[in-house]
Amino acid sequence: MDKSTFEDPATIAGPMHAQLRHDSAHKHVAGTADYIDDLPEPVGALHGALGLTDRAHAEILDMDLSAVAALPGVVLVLTAKDMPHSNDISPTHLHDEPVLADGRVQFHGQPAFAVIAETRDIARRAARLAKITYRDLPQMIDVADAMAGGGELVTPPLTLQRGDAEGELERAPRRLKGRMRIGGQEHFYLEGHVALAVPGEDDEVTVWSSTQHPSEVQRMIAHVLGVPANAVTVNVRRMGGAFGGKETQGNQFAALAAVAARKLRLAVKFRPDRDDDMTATGKRHDFLVDYDVGFDDDGHILAVQATYAARCGFSADLSGPVTDRALFHADNAYFFPHVKLTSQPLKTNTVSNTAFRGFGGPQGMVGGERIIEEIAYALGKDPLEIRKLNFYGDKDSGRNITPYHQKIEDNIIRQIVEELEASADYQARRAAIIDFNRSSRVIRKGIALTPVKFGISFTLTHLNQAGALVHIYTDGSVHLNHGGTEMGQGLYTKVAQVLADTFQIDIDRVKITATTTGKVPNSSATAASSGSDLNGMAAFDAARQIKGRLVAFAAERWQTTAENVTFVPNHVKIGEEFVPFAEFVGQAYAARVQLSAAGFYKTPKIHWDRTAGRGTPFYYFAYGAAVSEVSIDTLTGEYLVDRVDVLHDVGRSLNPAIDLGQIEGGFVQGMGWLTTEELWWDEKGRLRTHAPSTYKIPLASDRPKVFNVRLAEWSENAEKTIGRSKAVGEPPLMLPISVLEALSMAVASIADYRECPRLDTPATPERILMALERLRGS
Amino acid sequence: MAQASDSIRFILNDLEVALSEVAPAATLLDYLRLERRLTGTKEGCAEGDCGACTVLIGRLENDGRGGETLVYETVNACIRFVGSLNATHVVTVEHLAASDGTLHPVQQAMVDFHGSQCGFCTPGIVMSLYALWLTNDNPSRAAIEKALQGNLCRCTGYEPIVRAAEAAAKERPSAIFDPITRTRETVSARLKALQATETIVIGKDEDCLIVPADAAGLAMVLAEHPAATIVAGATDVGLWVTKQMRSINPAVFISGIAELQRIESSGAGLTIGAGVSYTSAFDALSLAYPSFDQLLDRIGGEQVRNMGTIGGNIANGSPIGDSPPPLIALGATVKLRSKGGTRSLPLEDFFIAYGKQDRKPGEFVESIFVPALPAGDRFAAYKVTKRRDEDISALLGAFCLSLEGGRVKSARIAFGGMAATPKRAKAVETALVGQPWTEDTVRAAQAAFETDFQPITDWRATSAYRMLAARNLLMRFFLESIGETTQLQRFEDVA
Repeated sequence: MDKSTFEDPATIAGPMHAQLRHDSAHKHVAGTADYIDDLPEPVGALHGALGLTDRAHAEILDMDLSAVAALPGVVLVLTAKDMPHSNDISPTHLHDEPVLADGRVQFHGQPAFAVIAETRDIARRAARLAKITYRDLPQMIDVADAMAGGGELVTPPLTLQRGDAEGELERAPRRLKGRMRIGGQEHFYLEGHVALAVPGEDDEVTVWSSTQHPSEVQRMIAHVLGVPANAVTVNVRRMGGAFGGKETQGNQFAALAAVAARKLRLAVKFRPDRDDDMTATGKRHDFLVDYDVGFDDDGHILAVQATYAARCGFSADLSGPVTDRALFHADNAYFFPHVKLTSQPLKTNTVSNTAFRGFGGPQGMVGGERIIEEIAYALGKDPLEIRKLNFYGDKDSGRNITPYHQKIEDNIIRQIVEELEASADYQARRAAIIDFNRSSRVIRKGIALTPVKFGISFTLTHLNQAGALVHIYTDGSVHLNHGGTEMGQGLYTKVAQVLADTFQIDIDRVKITATTTGKVPNSSATAASSGSDLNGMAAFDAARQIKGRLVAFAAERWQTTAENVTFVPNHVKIGEEFVPFAEFVGQAYAARVQLSAAGFYKTPKIHWDRTAGRGTPFYYFAYGAAVSEVSIDTLTGEYLVDRVDVLHDVGRSLNPAIDLGQIEGGFVQGMGWLTTEELWWDEKGRLRTHAPSTYKIPLASDRPKVFNVRLAEWSENAEKTIGRSKAVGEPPLMLPISVLEALSMAVASIADYRECPRLDTPATPERILMALERLRGS
Repeated sequence: MAQASDSIRFILNDLEVALSEVAPAATLLDYLRLERRLTGTKEGCAEGDCGACTVLIGRLENDGRGGETLVYETVNACIRFVGSLNATHVVTVEHLAASDGTLHPVQQAMVDFHGSQCGFCTPGIVMSLYALWLTNDNPSRAAIEKALQGNLCRCTGYEPIVRAAEAAAKERPSAIFDPITRTRETVSARLKALQATETIVIGKDEDCLIVPADAAGLAMVLAEHPAATIVAGATDVGLWVTKQMRSINPAVFISGIAELQRIESSGAGLTIGAGVSYTSAFDALSLAYPSFDQLLDRIGGEQVRNMGTIGGNIANGSPIGDSPPPLIALGATVKLRSKGGTRSLPLEDFFIAYGKQDRKPGEFVESIFVPALPAGDRFAAYKVTKRRDEDISALLGAFCLSLEGGRVKSARIAFGGMAATPKRAKAVETALVGQPWTEDTVRAAQAAFETDFQPITDWRATSAYRMLAARNLLMRFFLESIGETTQLQRFEDVA
């Protein structure tokens, strides 16, 4: 090849900011993408099932497992005392979460034993044969029970305070108090929990776990087994959805599989049935919010005081940071001149609630937006007018300080909202709807525009770190590994784009490999929308190191300066010479250049003092807004979402196709949470909506009939994130608060918009009809 | 080669299979994943609600002109029993791509439009879209949504999937490209050869599965095994196995009995065989009683409508089955058959109490007769659910009204979800009959619901909501009769 005549190709395939399909899309549609249950099982593999209790709160007097063990095909029965070192998988080290219930049942369905059998079917059958004798204890199922029962907390509460809320509320010209119930949510990842453990030599065990947090699974298994972390390897190539439900909830299955595998020296798999999964694993917290707002006759908020009480379940799990994040988002995009917010993470006899996309933020925001609605209906104004009056101001406005004393430096909410208001033709449509409602007897319509401002970073500062491992082989192909996990969000694709871009090679030269604790240690959960921010930067760091060595090598070999060495599409340009990347790498290898690097990243600037309730917990904010229009049937409360317009800020998108997918998907998931997804416990504390037949997530026919989603293409992250992009996983989940408020407006039409309908969530047809009845009666 | 009488024989993708050892409760999903290692088909819920296990089943169906035609329908493999597969063609996601790996247009469109994120629901979605692709080259959004009613996706919000379906419909490479189109004739012939002419029995004593070849054979089998579980579409019995882990032995699979799948129309009315699927039954019912059309779209997903039968929906006696209330309102009768003969009774009398129906040992539901609606009579059925589609009714009200000179001559009103059985609202009917058909009459009659029903509170609705909505459904029936718009409609064109 005549290198000197080489023409510079325009671009590589798959750089940063390109509209690229998901790396596994082809395998997804062909049915060849392997999930853990699809992997070939090792010879002799056994299967586990959980033995669930059927009391919400009780002492276990006796557990007769003889019939369980006697069923042909059963190999082993495990109880709490069989945990080799510890029966504890509390992720916050509070020792409040047993692998298996030990003497006391704390929620209906809590696993008290596990069966290992030759087939999954036998294990499931055997698990139903236990005879457990209980002594019932007083049960507290919901928040009201817990409050009445003394309000025991699972973890210390948080207070955010600025100014004199109490005094200003007294002095405010107008004041309103209210209460809102916000329902929880089941993750309903399509792939349920699954773990496959294979014993190794000595104390080793390798586990394939459907987890967002391999390092945590590794720690938990090591802790339960009493072996060092270096004996445990946890792998996950992909999950069939997670949404926070696999941040801590996979620990139990993985730990049990590992214990059984070590004991039996055979591979053991746990894959609970959907009903057991929904019964025995945590969900989004439901909240009871008591709010008190002072405002003036124009609608300016003067002071806010609110308590966010949450049903946390029997243990802390992640309830501390979840309830904290609820408070961090109670302000949404609004400046509260005086404020006091308090969390109440209440202990209940229900499954321990856990992380779920938004992590408490959505509940905080829904409560905050209810306050806006209250003011608007009290003053007879469009809620959007109240919103605009109260938006955070610019840097120098004096109105940019949050309840946690962080100054907002990157505020673009006004620009987002104004652009969307115009592009969605909000004002004209609202007027038309009010007109329509005047003459329509049965069908009523509503429209609402709501904003989102969401704080990005783990609020536990030390979690904001990540690692990556990058190798280049002598043929120029690149191996990529990082601590983030792939659950469908396209993280692997985005990080591969970072590498392709950095080395200027086509993305098909980058092999994306399964997340494993053996390659990148001590990773944080892939959570808090942080995946590409953290892992993208860590991979970039690894690539930067290798590139540095390659440039030094080239400068020396070609006798030039580093400035004359550049990476151009699939080549390295040295002076005027273009060397194909693979050939160049081969030469570097021959010159004994290290072609592998471990990258690392930690988010700068952030700090948080929880005791003082002060700091800069967030590196930056992501913004967005949505306009939703709905129709309701006032005879049954049923509804349709007619149209939604979204404008969302992802900074400079790493991959617009994937980001749009996150926004659309997050919207519909959030809409489900606020509308049809209802968790329902009976008087015995049994969750009765534990399968898709009873728990109703949105269908294709529930999605907005007209759905216009746009990225705010002008936006660029003010902070130096990877490619100036912004996190996208969680923020869109809150856009459908606009659906809730549009439903609320349609209900309010029945009483001429003079009364706030105080619609609790989920706003099921029943809640809509009952709210209509309430307003008709008043 | 095993004899027809002791094995289940079917085609799996390209492979002909004869199974002489099949457990009565063995599901198609476990067979695919565990025995065949065809792991593209996923288990999401094991109750026929999420569609991750969607596969296509091809079978020969009477074409009404004396011949048979090969039809393919989506089903949920998780609750489809292997014992019910004789003389069918099972098509899984692995069968779609060409042997050189080239994706089928449906798959390629899903890739191009970013229709997958986590990918776990994707094979099932691909199969549902494929079934649509086979029968519709220009589907409306309503038709696409209907085809997807039995598939849950938690990641995408569905929009890219709908766009993929629209784009794929237009992609029609040569017939040779499509695995089903390509083999239609040979598969038809092979299935014809696999049809059993005598009863198949696998297993011993009561621990067996039985596949009768015809209705007379079924009557004989039930006479011999009065405790047998009759399995038609398995959309309910499937869950007895996957969720309750109940024994269904001996299981009698009747989905292959052609006589039970007949629909006959005459001036007197419509006779629907008990084995007719919702899809086929509602097609026929919608022609005669248009209000059924909207109702069908809100019952189950496409897979469940393809599997579930009208006879099963009646025979299982559920208080929330969706076909009994409208059929009772229309005055339908049910025909039961046993070795000793047949008998008919009004459908409403079939439901005695919760879990108790007037079906004697050895009897099976053979058909339902629905009398023609007299000219001028009004009929409507309204389903109320938490989620609009693929949800079990909180309540369902069906109304049939005859007017004479502006007055109510007769009224038949039946509800599901309001009592332990599907039940007539007789006090409400009485309050209407003889009165002028006016809003005042309706308001007065609404109070009579208290006499007819004391509904329960459960996860689908509270008692108070059920009562209020029931009263309002009567008002809807009235308002519609005076031309008021009372129903939400997502699309003008119903799929």
